[in-house]
Parts: sequence; structure tokens; C-alpha cells
Amino acid sequence: MSIELDFMAVLAEWPMLLRGAAWTLGLTAISAVLGVALGIACAWARTEGAAPLRWVVGAYVELIRNTPFIVQLFFIFFGLPALGLRLSPEWSSVIAMVVNLGAYAAEIVRAGVQATPKGQVEAAMSLALTRAQTFVHVVLPPALRRVWPALVSQIIIVMLGSAVCGQIATQELSYAANLIQSRNFRAFEAFIIATLMYLLMAMAIRHVLNRVGDRFLFGGRRG
Amino acid sequence: MVDFTLWDIVRNLLLAARWTVVLSLIAFVGGGLVGLALLVLRSLDKPWLQRLVAGYVQLFQGTPLLMQLFLAYFGLALLGVETSAWFAASLALTLYTSAFLTEIWHGCVRAVPRGQWEAAQSLALSFMEQMRHVVLPQAGRLAVAPTVGFLVQVIKGTALASVIGFVELTKAGTMITNATFEPFLVYSCVALMYFALCYPISHYSRVLEGRLHVRH
Repeated sequence: MSIELDFMAVLAEWPMLLRGAAWTLGLTAISAVLGVALGIACAWARTEGAAPLRWVVGAYVELIRNTPFIVQLFFIFFGLPALGLRLSPEWSSVIAMVVNLGAYAAEIVRAGVQATPKGQVEAAMSLALTRAQTFVHVVLPPALRRVWPALVSQIIIVMLGSAVCGQIATQELSYAANLIQSRNFRAFEAFIIATLMYLLMAMAIRHVLNRVGDRFLFGGRRG
Repeated sequence: MVDFTLWDIVRNLLLAARWTVVLSLIAFVGGGLVGLALLVLRSLDKPWLQRLVAGYVQLFQGTPLLMQLFLAYFGLALLGVETSAWFAASLALTLYTSAFLTEIWHGCVRAVPRGQWEAAQSLALSFMEQMRHVVLPQAGRLAVAPTVGFLVQVIKGTALASVIGFVELTKAGTMITNATFEPFLVYSCVALMYFALCYPISHYSRVLEGRLHVRH
């Protein structure tokens, strides 16, 4: 028995692979920004909000964290049109990724917020800052700095999870790999190359976001 | 067209949920055994082995589970193995689980203070004896909560096996949707069933974690 691998047949389709990777990175970038913002809002609601709001946000976080991403995606793409909300595959993917990341980011940010020393909040209050000002200016920046590595890991998990979005015909990297293997029947080679591209992207995102966190978001200071 | 009542939908989904549970158990037990073997390899004083295991972990943590499933499915076929969705899904999920569990456990072993190792060495215990009687009992206590928590990730991970044609809860949901044209209802039921499976485990994991902190 001999196994013949032909990677060139797959690499010949490099424009498709690159376009897929660009889609994956684009989807990840949008959902990272919106998802972390949603997570911060939910973390605020769960620590500072009124009791009913806390409960609703808690239910959202638990529901998302205890169901698979693919089911969330199918629910949005196939289920919501029944309610009259018809979304393109790309929008469905972005919404699913944002909603998913938002729930995990909420818990991560909340952990950071809860680690804030009490004295800092009291100091802010004694300077007559409002509760909202205290949260935004005093509590949040060091909290984000504390949990930044965990947020970066979660963003990477969402990026890897976005491979599922190809199943509803979003043209990201795994979709490109699938399309290539359906044309030249080099399934194993196509998925090996796509997998390595995901690995590279995961490493690159970690590197870049850690840098961005250190240099820009937190002004070079380490918490 | 066959008419599906709500009970028909729920009953069929429950029947399929069995396979989600079975696949999760296979992956969790298999992954636990492989993960334990990797943990031992990584704890030996061999830098190249440590690097190898670290690379293995990074490979599985840095790539999508969906790709791992595809590679297992098409890779086994390439090797000439008579492959089924069952086997490919079990293999991919076992390896995936082993990478995460070995990393979790590695962290727990490292959390055992160095003095404990040194004390065990000074009692002339062999490496295996040190592990068995001194390190693992302490690391194990730390490891229970995150290990139970990871079971939730495994259960959610099995949903991806639907993509390579393994009929579990998600795949059954898709099939029933195609027959009933009621995606909203069906996927709501599917989501609730995953929630019913996962939430008690998440909750239990948090309780365990809380208990650990109380003792300190």
C-alpha cells in the first residue's frame, strides 16, 4: 500500500485559501471588538445592575456557555427566519460569534472587576465620581489589564470555532478547504493545509494581541 | 408528509442524545487515559519529551476541532482503514480531550510546591513512587474542578461530529428540521437538551471549586 499525497494540487488554489483566511480573520476581528464590548456591558450589568437585569444577563451567559456554538449558529441561521428575521450566512456568523464571545468575555471581565481592591472604589466615590464614572475610569482599565491574556485566549477559541461557519456557506477558511477538496478530491491535503493555516493564525493573533495589550491599551504599564 | 407532534420531535431528539452522551464518555475516558500517559511523559526529566508533549498540546489547542475531525475522517480513509463516523469522531475527540486534560493536569502538578518533590526524593522514593504517593494526591485535589468543567467542553465538542455524519443530538436536529420545516422549535429543543446536559456539570464544577477555596 502506498499513500500518495499531493499538496501542490491544493496549494495551486492559493487565492481561494487566502481569501478564506481573510474572511476568517475579518469575522474574528469584528466579533472580537463587538464581543468584548458586549462582555464588558454584561459584566457591568452583573455587578452593578438591578436585580432583574442581573438575572437576565446571568441566564444569557449560562445559556450560551452550556450549549454548542454550532447549535447557536444553526438556531440563528435556520431558526430565526421562522420569526421573520432572515439573515445572510455572513451576518448569522458574525452575530453567533459576537453572542458567543460576549457570554464568555462577560465572565472573564467580571472576574477581573471583582478582583478590584475595595479601597479604589471608595477612593473614587470620595472624589465624587458617579458609579458609572467609577466603573469606566477606575475599575475597568485595571480589570481589563488583569484578564487580558484570558480574553486573548477566548478570542482565539472563537476564531477556531468559526470554522463551523462554513457549514452555513460563510466563505471562510474551512469552507475554502471544503470547496477545494470537492474539486480535486484531495481532502486530506486540503484540510492539513487549512489546519496549519489556522494554527499560524492562532499563534499570530496571540502574539499581536499580547503586544497590542502591552503597548497601546495599557500604556506600557504591567498590572 | 409525515406529521410530527412535539412529542415525536422530543422523543427522537432524546433518542439521539444517547449517542451524544456515549460519544462524550468515550472521548472523556479515552482522553483521560491518553492525557494521563502524556502527563507522565511530560513529568519525566527529559527535555525533548517535554517539548514533544507541549507541541502536541499546542497543535490540538491551536487548531479547530472541526478540522481535527475532518483530518481523522479523511486521514483514516487514506490509510486504508475501513472508517466510520463513529471511529473517526471517537479518535479525534479522544486526542482533542487528551491534549486539554494533560495541560490542565500539568498545571495542577506544577502547582504542587517543589519542596514536596524534594522531600519525597530525600525519602529515596522512585519517580513513580513520588508521583503515586506524594504529587498526584495533592495535584488530584486541585484537578477535580477544572476536569469536571472540561467535560462540558467535551459534550459541546461532540456536536461537531454531526458534520462528519455522526448522528447525535445536533445531526438529529438537522434531520428532523428537514422533515418538519420547524427549525425554530427543533433547534430550541436541541439547545435546551444540551443545556440540560451541561448546566448541572458546570454548576457542580463551580461547587467543587468553591469547596477547594474554603479549605485553604
